Amino acid sequence: MVATEHFDAIIVGAGPAGSAAAYIMAKAGLNVVLIERGEFPGAKNIFGGVIYRKQLEDIIPEFWKEAPLERQVIEQRLWILSDQAGVTIGHRNEAFKEPNNCWTGLRVKFDQWFATKAEQAGSLNIYETVVIDVIREGEKVVGVRTDRDQGDLYANVVVVADGVNSLLGKALGVHREWSPNEVSLAVKEVIAMPKEKIMDRFNLEGNEGVTTEFVGNTMGMAGLGFLYTNQDTLSFGVGVMVSDLKKKRVKPYELLEGVKQHPMLRRLLQGGETKEYAGHLIPEGGFHSIPPLSGDGWMICGDAAQLVNFVHREGTNLAMTSGRFAAEAIIEAHETGDFSRVGLAGYDRRVKESFVHKDLKKYKGLHHFLSDSDPSLTFDKLPKALNEAAYQMLLVDGVPKSDKQKIAMRGVTQAAGGLMNMVKLGAQGWRAMNG
Amino acid sequence: MSSIAEKLYTIRYKVDETSHLIIKDQDVCLHCETKECQDFCPADVYHWMDKESMTSVAFENCIECGTCRIGCPTYNIEWVYPKGGHGITYKFG
Ligand SMILES: Cc1cc2nc3c(=O)[nH]c(=O)nc-3n(C[C@H](O)[C@H](O)[C@H](O)COP(=O)(O)OP(=O)(O)OC[C@H]3O[C@@H](n4cnc5c(N)ncnc54)[C@H](O)[C@@H]3O)c2cc1C
Ligand code: SF4
Ligand code: SF4
Repeated sequence: MVATEHFDAIIVGAGPAGSAAAYIMAKAGLNVVLIERGEFPGAKNIFGGVIYRKQLEDIIPEFWKEAPLERQVIEQRLWILSDQAGVTIGHRNEAFKEPNNCWTGLRVKFDQWFATKAEQAGSLNIYETVVIDVIREGEKVVGVRTDRDQGDLYANVVVVADGVNSLLGKALGVHREWSPNEVSLAVKEVIAMPKEKIMDRFNLEGNEGVTTEFVGNTMGMAGLGFLYTNQDTLSFGVGVMVSDLKKKRVKPYELLEGVKQHPMLRRLLQGGETKEYAGHLIPEGGFHSIPPLSGDGWMICGDAAQLVNFVHREGTNLAMTSGRFAAEAIIEAHETGDFSRVGLAGYDRRVKESFVHKDLKKYKGLHHFLSDSDPSLTFDKLPKALNEAAYQMLLVDGVPKSDKQKIAMRGVTQAAGGLMNMVKLGAQGWRAMNG
Repeated sequence: MSSIAEKLYTIRYKVDETSHLIIKDQDVCLHCETKECQDFCPADVYHWMDKESMTSVAFENCIECGTCRIGCPTYNIEWVYPKGGHGITYKFG
């Protein structure tokens, strides 16, 4: 290993945050090294699978002409499920194609592509290497220690982009351990299915794709499921708050199998063959869990800094954007030669002025709303009552509609624990969603 | 319905000789009332063995999610990453 060399920047983690940072700095001519613990970038990573255009386009214009993407998303569905039924909402629009809004993707291909782009721009990429600690000189971070022999590396600045299990963030002392209600555990399967079948079942032409998210049917735990179409596979998964998982004593993969049996999902998954099982944490602490973003000789990006908008399942784009901001601030600092907290503050400023900060701020109350309110209400009783109400309204059985409406309303109100509670819940929910 | 064994079979691992997951104090597990690591781990890594009075750790199956690091109520699990290049390698992600 290049032990004695001194770099302009060391980036830990070749996820979207790290690769974005490495790419931009390398392109600007900085001498950077990108370190990844996996056999290759993406080896350790999973996600649901939606990649948004705008934030990656800001880094690599027209990336879609070369990036390994699955399908172009033209329809997004939200399903509110009870055990046997579902109320469905969705939007399909040809306008999502031009310009394209988002694609589905798979991390193993995507992360390798992105990290290779950084390498081609001049970044030195080192894989199969775990960074085990930061090296300090006084207060200042000056390098990293790796699990290789003679594996110490030195740089003006270390970019910590090591994801949700950020052991380095802890080593830096910038954040404490997450608590079980600040993270969700998602389990996922990639399910193979012939292309034609996927296109028939989801009503697709050519390269079009559909995303479906579902709430409810998670055994009363706060959580969300997803089903996304890829070229010849489906990405199917469900994530629930770790604190709820602990309370309910459910095995995550049994929850997944249970959800698969729902009649609306079972039909779509039927005949598919599971090619891969996976699990990963999602940071869901939101605005209040974001640690300080930079200090003397270091910066922290992406999941490691809790930069995830879980309401809109946006994470990769926030990670890439924070990686880009970190890189831009380092390029500035490179010109002045000041890598202290003050010299690197351009990163914090950029994040603060951007949609990253604004979006997370908008939902800042949601984390407390979800941890404080009874998840069995929001994620079980209300979805059930809503489905029952829809069922009653649509069932033609001789009961007058006005009576049905009363019964339906009563059912929903009862599920919420009375009218006052429902109003309170609605108001709290609204506040949580609107900062 | 596919079992956890079948699910784990879909994953490629490069197993290290030494465990990256260590129970800090088996005595703490003995007195742990919930033993919830047996349930929340998505890869069934932890098993309480009554006879031996200890938590066994099938680290070979670990999918490196990090849940046990945060989920064990007494933080009794020392959690680090497997050696570089070892552990789980996804094919799709
Ligand atoms: C189930 C699921 C569904 C999701 N769905 C979506 C979605 O549809 N759309 C979306 O935009 N986002 C989604 N997200 C969120 C998104 O995946 C993350 O926000 C994003 O990947 C964060 O990027 P990152 O670069 O910060 O971290 P990561 O992608 O986690 O990358 C961190 C990298 O660092 C490496 N690493 C860690 N520690 C070390 C170390 N010490 N030494 C060396 N290397 C190290 C890891 O191996 C990894 O490659 C989802 C997440 C999950 C889990
Ligand atoms: S939950 Fe923690 S303390 Fe309890 S048995 Fe498992 S590892 Fe031991
Ligand atoms: S990291 Fe995840 S898979 Fe590995 S032992 Fe802990 S809970 Fe189980």
